Amino acid sequence: MTEPLSFELSRPAVDPPRLPEADVSGPGPAEVLPHEALRSRPLGLPRLSEPEIMRHYSRLASLNYSISENFYPLGSCTMKYNPVANELAAALPGFAGLHPYQDEDSVQGALELMWRLERALCAVVGVERVTLQPAAGAHGEWTALRMIAAFHGSRGENRTEVLVPDSAHGTNPASAALSGFHVVEVNSGPDGRISLADLESKLSPRTAALMLTNPNTLGLFEREILDIAEMVHATGAMLYYDGANLNAFMGICRPGDMGFDAVHMNLHKTFTTPHGGGGPGAGPVGVKAELVPFLPSPTVERQNGRLTLDHKRPQSIGRVRSFYGNFGMLVRAYTYILAMGGDGLSQASQDAVLSANYLRKLVENDLEMPHEGPCMHEFVASAQNLHENGVRALDVAKALLDKEFYAPTVYFPLVVPEAIMVEPTETESMATLDSFAAAIKEIVARARTDPQSLHAEPTRLPVGRLDEVAAARRINAYLQGSSDDPVLRWKAPSDGAS
Amino acid sequence: MLEKLGVQSINDLLIDIPPSLRLEGLQLPSGLSELETMAQVSALANRNKVYPDRLTFRGGGVYRRFIPAAVAAVTSKPEFYTAYTPYQAEASQGTLQAIFEYQSLIAELTGLDVSNASLYDGATAVAEAAMMAYVHTGRNEVIVSGYVHPEYVQVLRAFGDGRGIKVRKGGEPNKKTAAVIFQQPDFLGLLVDARGLTTAAHDAGALAIACVDPISLALLAPPGEYDADIAVGEGQQLGLAPSFGGPHVGFIACKKDLVRKLPGRLVGTAHDAQGRRGFVLALAAREQHIRREKATSNICTNHSLCALAAAVYLTYMGPYGLRQVADVSFRRAHALAERLQSLPGWELAFPDRQFVNEFPMRVPKAPAVLRKLSKKGILGGLEAGRWFRELKGVVTFTCTEVNDGRALDELVEALTA
Repeated sequence: MTEPLSFELSRPAVDPPRLPEADVSGPGPAEVLPHEALRSRPLGLPRLSEPEIMRHYSRLASLNYSISENFYPLGSCTMKYNPVANELAAALPGFAGLHPYQDEDSVQGALELMWRLERALCAVVGVERVTLQPAAGAHGEWTALRMIAAFHGSRGENRTEVLVPDSAHGTNPASAALSGFHVVEVNSGPDGRISLADLESKLSPRTAALMLTNPNTLGLFEREILDIAEMVHATGAMLYYDGANLNAFMGICRPGDMGFDAVHMNLHKTFTTPHGGGGPGAGPVGVKAELVPFLPSPTVERQNGRLTLDHKRPQSIGRVRSFYGNFGMLVRAYTYILAMGGDGLSQASQDAVLSANYLRKLVENDLEMPHEGPCMHEFVASAQNLHENGVRALDVAKALLDKEFYAPTVYFPLVVPEAIMVEPTETESMATLDSFAAAIKEIVARARTDPQSLHAEPTRLPVGRLDEVAAARRINAYLQGSSDDPVLRWKAPSDGAS
Repeated sequence: MLEKLGVQSINDLLIDIPPSLRLEGLQLPSGLSELETMAQVSALANRNKVYPDRLTFRGGGVYRRFIPAAVAAVTSKPEFYTAYTPYQAEASQGTLQAIFEYQSLIAELTGLDVSNASLYDGATAVAEAAMMAYVHTGRNEVIVSGYVHPEYVQVLRAFGDGRGIKVRKGGEPNKKTAAVIFQQPDFLGLLVDARGLTTAAHDAGALAIACVDPISLALLAPPGEYDADIAVGEGQQLGLAPSFGGPHVGFIACKKDLVRKLPGRLVGTAHDAQGRRGFVLALAAREQHIRREKATSNICTNHSLCALAAAVYLTYMGPYGLRQVADVSFRRAHALAERLQSLPGWELAFPDRQFVNEFPMRVPKAPAVLRKLSKKGILGGLEAGRWFRELKGVVTFTCTEVNDGRALDELVEALTA
């Protein structure tokens, strides 16, 4: 079952919702504003009654897989359970009802929460200060690189290159480029870890920073991290930590101790704020002392129990987002940290590592394991062993959907052909992991006996495999003017339907 | 599980971590029960002062609006809020279709061809639009015309610094200008000459970027009508709580010829082998996970759930509901402006300029006046002098459908008492 668009359900007979009347004697827009300032065409929004709207969105909701109903082992995304108490906390009127431009005296509780969250995050990753302003992980990466650029600039150094491993998240090189840096790729060695020889050959007085995630995107801990840090620092460059994989080692070790100078964290991964179908998240950045002067403005400061916003930061890189970041997500993350405590967070990471290794063990004879274990919180398998049967990672992913599991991340990292990246997280039971492994085994067996059937997957969902290539062709036709179908939005049928 | 792995303890799985790095736990308090956790969090919430909606006259980019109950009823469905980015389209049709509807609603509202799936906020939307103009024109200067939200300009500068884009305040566009950016209505609430600014930008070969208030578009000519190339803005008013500034949602829509330069995700229609219509992430070749350092933007996580809220809000309101909301806000603001002008020493800061539902007043002893209001539980206007030296003593007041006639009386009574 698919669901029509709200635009297609629209009925002109529907009355608008009842709303207040002006009940004052002010003039209306047409009496005051010049004609050319006013909208000339009627607004083409859909017209639905409230019951129709509620039913429409309930049906749409039923078309989604989500962590509330499905195992979601999406590698690098840390799809763990989102505690429902977090939602209640963020909705408290004392938080949700605050205007960002209220006087500081009237928002001391909000600032205190931000201060305490900052201290907790500092403790988890081992840094001096944290900015809570960035709205997402990529935004945090970019913020950190702006700080690193400002740091080098303040010392009169012109460092133009950022080193990024070939296994890095796509956001790393994109953030570096948007910060004005030239991106230099560093190769992985055969063990899946960064090649120290290649790193050495690429470090130079031009290097501003090395961006690294540890464990890396293959789920492997960079054993030689202390040597890497020394090499990077010896050239005067900085070491940046991509915190996408922080769920692997809370309470086990800290990026700050490994030698990282700047660290971003994804509150929507490690600290259980929900992903919302793609966001909002929050991407705070922690820094060591030498980067503190460059933090985005304002910072939250605490003196004699009173909290203030410090806007007077002469060396700051400026503002990276309006107001103070995604405050509602900060409330959720703080609530989670309070509930878990230091002991709970450490346990969470240990359990995440255990889950990943356990699941890896269960499927190690069914899929290829390109790198030796143990892994940390996730592992990368390869479907290349199914190649001879004409079955690809994508087929495995789609077949898993039919078994009511969301699919792992596929075709990433790019260094592993036919990659299947699995991150089970600590909030899944052993029974779930067992049933997922059984599903993998069954799919792999089917790849040997009936590979054709896998190309047809999924068959039990509202739609089958969607033809993205044809969609791209239709978009091209629209953009080149040879078709009226915009593809990227609804258009009234009379003008050529989608 | 350990047994299956053939190890004694978790530590046997952590052998790759150098021993010198290992911790004995975290320097944080121990965990709490839900009861204790919520008590602590509530205590922090209770230390904040919340002004009633109807007595809030402060805007400056975040506004009190009536939020239909339907919005939270939809966004609190776990199938929406606990789903990930819809990478596996067949298992994410709910999110994908909702985003497609959002894109269609924003395109309709702005009068432009295509909207993306959402950005973080109004400020980063302005900055991303400037990046598009920089790439499209190959020119490295953008002009900010008039009173654009000061924090948006600060964010624009931070983004521009990274790519060597100069941000110029005011002045005529010339052949170095990639874009002219203006806000309609501006930060003070005043209408600008959007058509004139757009024409001037185009005459210099630059793009016109309009930062717009989405609710005002029920009344005002949308950017598409005056030929702006890119429309951006903050969507907080479309069903999102103030929440101390976030999370809200940035929107961006553009003309057809700029679509390939749009940042972030786009959802389009596609079909399966049986010809059934579905929705997929489209034109991904612009994005960081494919293009890496050549991507149009680094954005990955966006503000999908906030975009869903906006879609529900706009669908609930429909064309006439949205117009009613905008119209009521307009009339109340004009009624309030009239009454405030009659207070001794108070005057409109820009008496010749038109406004929609936010307006700047010159207020004698503004800080003391605002403090007095606060003591009476009223969140008065916003002091613009905080950002603009020449506007010392200027306070912007805003009215929406939540500020009923009696609330206006209470404000004026408090000021005259």
